[in-house]
Amino acid sequence: MNETLLINAENISHQFANKPVLQDINLQLHRNQITTLIGPNGAGKSTLIKILLKILTPTQGRVAHHHNLMIGFMPQKIHIDPTLPLTAKRFLQLGLNNVQKRNAQKPGNYHSTGLEGMAEELGIRALLNQPIQGLSGGEMQKVLLARALIRNPDLLVLDEPVQGIDLQSQSQIYQLIHSQQQKRQCAVLMISHDLHLVMKHTDQVICLNQHICCSGTVQSLRDHPSFIAQFGQTLPEHALYQHQHTHCQHGDAHGD
Amino acid sequence: MAIDHFMLLALAGGLLAAWLAAPLGVFVVWQRQAYFGETLAHSALLGIGLGLMLQLNLTLAIVITSFLIVFGLHSLRRNAQLASDTLLGILAHGALATGLVVLSLQGNIQLDILGYLFGDILSIHPSDLIWMLVIGLLLIGFFSRHWHDLLNLTLNSELAQVEGVDVKRLQLQMALLLALVIAVAMKIVGVLLITSLLILPAASARRLARTPEQMLGYSFILATISVLIGLTLSYYADLPSGPAIVVSALGLFLLLLFKKQT
Ligand SMILES: Nc1ncnc2c1ncn2[C@@H]1O[C@H](COP(=O)(O)OP(=O)(O)OP(=O)(O)O)[C@@H](O)[C@H]1O
Ligand SMILES: [Mg+2]
Repeated sequence: MNETLLINAENISHQFANKPVLQDINLQLHRNQITTLIGPNGAGKSTLIKILLKILTPTQGRVAHHHNLMIGFMPQKIHIDPTLPLTAKRFLQLGLNNVQKRNAQKPGNYHSTGLEGMAEELGIRALLNQPIQGLSGGEMQKVLLARALIRNPDLLVLDEPVQGIDLQSQSQIYQLIHSQQQKRQCAVLMISHDLHLVMKHTDQVICLNQHICCSGTVQSLRDHPSFIAQFGQTLPEHALYQHQHTHCQHGDAHGD
Repeated sequence: MAIDHFMLLALAGGLLAAWLAAPLGVFVVWQRQAYFGETLAHSALLGIGLGLMLQLNLTLAIVITSFLIVFGLHSLRRNAQLASDTLLGILAHGALATGLVVLSLQGNIQLDILGYLFGDILSIHPSDLIWMLVIGLLLIGFFSRHWHDLLNLTLNSELAQVEGVDVKRLQLQMALLLALVIAVAMKIVGVLLITSLLILPAASARRLARTPEQMLGYSFILATISVLIGLTLSYYADLPSGPAIVVSALGLFLLLLFKKQT
């Protein structure tokens, strides 16, 4: 693996109990690149992310990670049992647990000042001393994002980072993700349903519906005739879904 | 004099069992594993039956049986398409019934069955205490080394795995330790009541604790009080010791319900 290649996935296929979910996916994630994964519900986006993170072993294919890859992960949803007495702050601190051990040579970034600073930026400082189970859906999303970011990861993997977040905070959060990415020169892989908000900063877009329907830079897709036909210049959100729909019909035909 | 000696052994055994159960108990509660603990406890009886039949060391027989049950559960989960609690119920009571049948086949052992089911603290032998001490050292090593990883695993196993926790290994080790603790602690409260030794102190401690560590600490304290009260009742009112300990723990739990949750 060369220095900028963080994750290399080759020929990934996956089935859940004979139900094919992913077919023949090839994917590379490089340092300093933002990749956005789009696709309809049930397209296999979360499954693909779990395979890339080695949470799931694919029925076929291989996933290789860069040596000592530090990952910050934000799952799509998480349930915490109310019997566990835990404040939001402690939840964040627990996310730093293995960080010091792994990056013993570069401390400093990981102390609770980093935690408080991040909480400040995400506007969750006032929540830090509250029980984690009491947070609202959107507040929890922000805490999860903070947990992924304070690890100072080489790769940030976000499964629908703005779901349940109010419109005003949404663009703020995308901005924050982008600025953090710039500052840390890390890679970002995120799933998103609202491409028009993320488009600006995305280096690579991947449309997924069991297989990769199309992928490339925003620019290359923009020049793509079918893309222009579908999206026009402004990329309205509803047009995006239209695109996936028609595009992936031929995909399904491939699969059968 | 003889009674004092027995009482001292019983006290040491009871306290050690409660202390062994406390750290596992909080995780059993946090991870909603109460029914899993129950299944392991019930399969311990099958372990005893098989151990007696094949003339094996009983603790070893219990641990091996528990493990076969865990693996059985694992493959059933994948293939049987039944909810987890249904499977656990089948395995728990299947193991209990099979254990009783196997025990009955041994002939003259009828009287001891009650001891296995509800505990017989007066049957404690100094070698049991040594077993408990050894397992206690194992637990101290395990929990002090992996405490934060275990908390992360409890919060969300996928997140923990991405953050570098060896989830599968820790879960397996925890199940093994649970089987070991059940194997030694069942002498005190028996297979039918052992789950309560795991979950009652932890559930009561939840009322008092603001952090996971506090919850563990209060679990130790409440478990200790339960054993002391239970054994005192048992000694002076001539009650069966296992149930007396559990009733004391239940009393503490009910008492703490009146306290506002922190
Ligand atoms: N553990 C599982 N067992 C069986 N089927 C599963 C499992 N996880 C996911 N699936 C199925 O795989 C398909 C893809 O699921 P996945 O969660 O990857 O979709 P997604 O693209 O993330 O959708 P969404 O946009 O709704 O989050 C779905 O049809 C789902 O039902
Ligand atoms: Mg998903």
